Amino acid sequence: MGTAIDSKAAAWNAEEVKAELLKKYPPKVARKRAKQILINEALENETPEISANVRTIPGIITMRGCTYAGCKGVIMGPTRDIVNLVHGPIGCSFYAWLTRRNQTDAGPDGENYMNYCFSTDMQEQDIIFGGEKKLAAAIQEAYDLFHPRSIAVFATCPVGLIGDDIHTVAAKMKEKLGDCNVYAFSCEGYKGVSQSAGHHIANNQVFRHIVGENDEVKPGKFKINLLGEYNIGGDGFEIDRLFEKCGITCISTFSGNSTYDQFASAHTADLNAVMCHRSINYVADMLETKFGIPWIKVNFIGAAATAKSLRKIAEYFGDKKLIARVEEVIAEEMPAVEAVAAEVRPRTEGKTAMMFVGGSRAHHYKELFNEMGMKTIAAGYEFGHRDDYEGRRVIPDIRVDADSRNIEEIEVEADPTRYQPRKSPKELEALEKAGYQFKYYDGLIPDMDNGTLVIDDLNQYEAEKLVELIKPDIFCAGIKEKFSVQKLGVPMKQLHSYDSGGPYAGFQGAVNFYREIDRLVSSKVWGYLKAPWQRDPQLSASYNY
Amino acid sequence: MLLRHTPAEITERKALAINPAKTCQPIGAMYAALGIHGCLPHSHGSQGCCAYHRSTLTRHYKEPVSASTSSFTEGASVFGGSANMLQAISNIFSVYNPEIIAVHTTCLSETIGDDLPQIKKKAQMEGKIPAGKHVISASTPSYAGSHVTGFSSMVTAMAGMAESTGKKNGKVNIIPGWVEPADMEEIKRLAGLMGVKSIVFPDTSGVLNGPLSGEYKMFPEGGTTVAELKATGDAVGTLALGDWCSGDAARYLDKEHKVPCKILDMPYGLAATDRFIDALRTMAGITVPDEVALERGQLVDLISDMHQYLYQKKVAIFGDPDQLIAMTEFLVSLDMQPIHIVTGTPGKKFEKRIKELTAGLGRPVNVKAKGDMFLLHQWIKQEPVDLLIGNTYGKYIARDEDLPFVRWGFPILDRQGHQYFPTVGYKGGLRLLEKILGELMDRKDRDDPESKFELVL
Repeated sequence: MGTAIDSKAAAWNAEEVKAELLKKYPPKVARKRAKQILINEALENETPEISANVRTIPGIITMRGCTYAGCKGVIMGPTRDIVNLVHGPIGCSFYAWLTRRNQTDAGPDGENYMNYCFSTDMQEQDIIFGGEKKLAAAIQEAYDLFHPRSIAVFATCPVGLIGDDIHTVAAKMKEKLGDCNVYAFSCEGYKGVSQSAGHHIANNQVFRHIVGENDEVKPGKFKINLLGEYNIGGDGFEIDRLFEKCGITCISTFSGNSTYDQFASAHTADLNAVMCHRSINYVADMLETKFGIPWIKVNFIGAAATAKSLRKIAEYFGDKKLIARVEEVIAEEMPAVEAVAAEVRPRTEGKTAMMFVGGSRAHHYKELFNEMGMKTIAAGYEFGHRDDYEGRRVIPDIRVDADSRNIEEIEVEADPTRYQPRKSPKELEALEKAGYQFKYYDGLIPDMDNGTLVIDDLNQYEAEKLVELIKPDIFCAGIKEKFSVQKLGVPMKQLHSYDSGGPYAGFQGAVNFYREIDRLVSSKVWGYLKAPWQRDPQLSASYNY
Repeated sequence: MLLRHTPAEITERKALAINPAKTCQPIGAMYAALGIHGCLPHSHGSQGCCAYHRSTLTRHYKEPVSASTSSFTEGASVFGGSANMLQAISNIFSVYNPEIIAVHTTCLSETIGDDLPQIKKKAQMEGKIPAGKHVISASTPSYAGSHVTGFSSMVTAMAGMAESTGKKNGKVNIIPGWVEPADMEEIKRLAGLMGVKSIVFPDTSGVLNGPLSGEYKMFPEGGTTVAELKATGDAVGTLALGDWCSGDAARYLDKEHKVPCKILDMPYGLAATDRFIDALRTMAGITVPDEVALERGQLVDLISDMHQYLYQKKVAIFGDPDQLIAMTEFLVSLDMQPIHIVTGTPGKKFEKRIKELTAGLGRPVNVKAKGDMFLLHQWIKQEPVDLLIGNTYGKYIARDEDLPFVRWGFPILDRQGHQYFPTVGYKGGLRLLEKILGELMDRKDRDDPESKFELVL
């Protein structure tokens, strides 16, 4: 085994690490970053406050992307039968073209536009004279070529600046085409401070323009929606497999492997299960207010978390057969998981991980590392808000700044004809008495050990320092961070789009993840970094001519 | 079928681009800037552009790509990005301490009309640029040109650093264009083999194909130094490889510093490499050594050995103009038939040049600048080919149409090694041929009936 890994158990002190991270910054930057770097001291009833969802500092190499990336890339990207048309110069559409590893199964004859990249490819004259006509023509051309059931239009930075009214163009085209739902997203890259704003803009428009369009009652006794699951590397397929096995009907997934009709029928489900709290909690709220569907937080990353989430869903429905079936499924699935966990544990036990991804992902994956006996010593979100760190209890205290105010909040009321509470107040009370939590998320911080680091919007410089100072056994972030971390001799696992492999959700996903992490922390390559003559430069004999 | 909705029938599209064979200018500027030693590329706009460009370059080169951004939010978009840029300049120099910041614009900062030279002046006046450090900039709105022209703009900005002392330094400037780090290395090796003292810029070798050693260097050893860029003004001449990527910078040096230039094709394949070596010989006034003639002879040998398998094979290619021109010439020289050719980069002269190169085929050839891969796929459906050459996005067409496929160009996201193995020069020609023949023969072995399956083909 290589020296690089062996030496990583070195002791470190959180205060010193924080001071070191801040040392090189100009005073103003250091002050700001200090509020986003927290040494965790989560106590029983108290969660420390962190600064989150604040502007990125210009010039500081950030891990974040933009609002458009959140809207088109993350939320709408995995929808297969919607033509996602990007109104703007070519780059934005090009970069979001298949790069999230969204998978889909359209069957032999199903519609699938995910492999296509559509753009109005705006040119200088469109910027000068306006691009509305070109957009309308592009929608028409897409319709004539494919006759899709829906076309979604995305605004990029210059579109907002020149004032193209994409919503009016979309509405006019919807009317003109008749059998194609056309709507638009004002998701210009400069809105908000991170991808998170784009998630919000996407979800709002899906709720406004699609949800509730199909009232048809689908078959199934236990009907749920899975919110905040994007089918990266096939995660959604594994979760669907489990639902099916248990007898749970997934009406819609927002938005992994999703179809237009799934969104349109979402209001017919009886429970919303929320995976990624950050990207979609407000949709769960809106579905409850408008249609009366309660929501719970679930997590299908980690075998224990998956079992817990399935039980939670079964308990909600309270059906004895379902509860028994879920137990059977767990009992069937767990042996394979436990076998692999036992196999890898001698090599993973006691090892350390750092995770800086997404807005819930870093929290979810902690479960998987726990199951391997690995400790998460530093974690944070790229685009989380305070409630993702500290739990939903802080939502009333979150100060709304100018950047958040630009992101629309939809006012929702109970639907006059379709609002229907799924449980009576009495039933809800009974569940809550039994410890059932609706509409709740505790956040990352209470789950992190004392003295670990929780860092919001980590940047490249701090990532490099953290790895140098603490030498974790594995670091998890995105593609931009991958190779700079690995140059330091620490394996790096991408957890946004997964660099290779997956699924990691559910029971089979846990098996995949154990094997993947075992591979990474046990790889021989980290032992090759120094050549023999670099490890031992001393000469023992001389060469005589 | 991955692209099941693509019809064979071609209809005219005026507004809708589908599956582009190009991307936007800033990523080219970012790649070029990484070829300067100690340079931090900076994207002046909202932060998504920078994230996308870094991600795409990282996925292609499998190396860290550091670049900063002005991180515009709505405020900066309304009031202008000057304050963000000034703040960025001081943060960058205090935290990362690069030798040089190479700024490129985005469609956002271009649309609001930020004036970078003006902002740079202000930064200088306010003492935000430390002594001996540099800031250069290129205007790269995404709604004009393509990644190729963005690359060219940043290379021209590099040429803008040239100084002429009036005394020639005996060196030849070589502008290699958007090629792999391994190609830049190969071009330097060839010049070295010939005994020519050269300044190659940009030069990403050592930067984007660096070693794994347990150390992370934000600014690796490689790259053209600022001193070298300044010295380009005193060179005996400039060889620009590929007019799209390198022509403007070469012409600038000619005009501003009287450094005579010769614009050549990128040295892919036999004839283009011959012209490069010959131009190098004439410009430097040297004799071509036997080692170079030997490498050339080996390539000719392989061409003759492979001829029977390549003869009359139809090929579809897509990518960037400089690469496509040289590749078309190479394929024609192998007696292959490049019949569908698409680039996303606009420019009528591309189509004209391809028509000239393929005139000898004696058949019509489909060629389009400012085309897209949807059109290319439709052409292939209309007239099938034996081989497809292009970047990774081509694999969707290759699978649907069951075509042998050689990955070549930018970006290659699903294969590795391209950052280490050159495809320019005679050695690069050997590698291209090996790849092409390998794909064709694998396909034959797969398709032949048992009775026709042979050990020796």
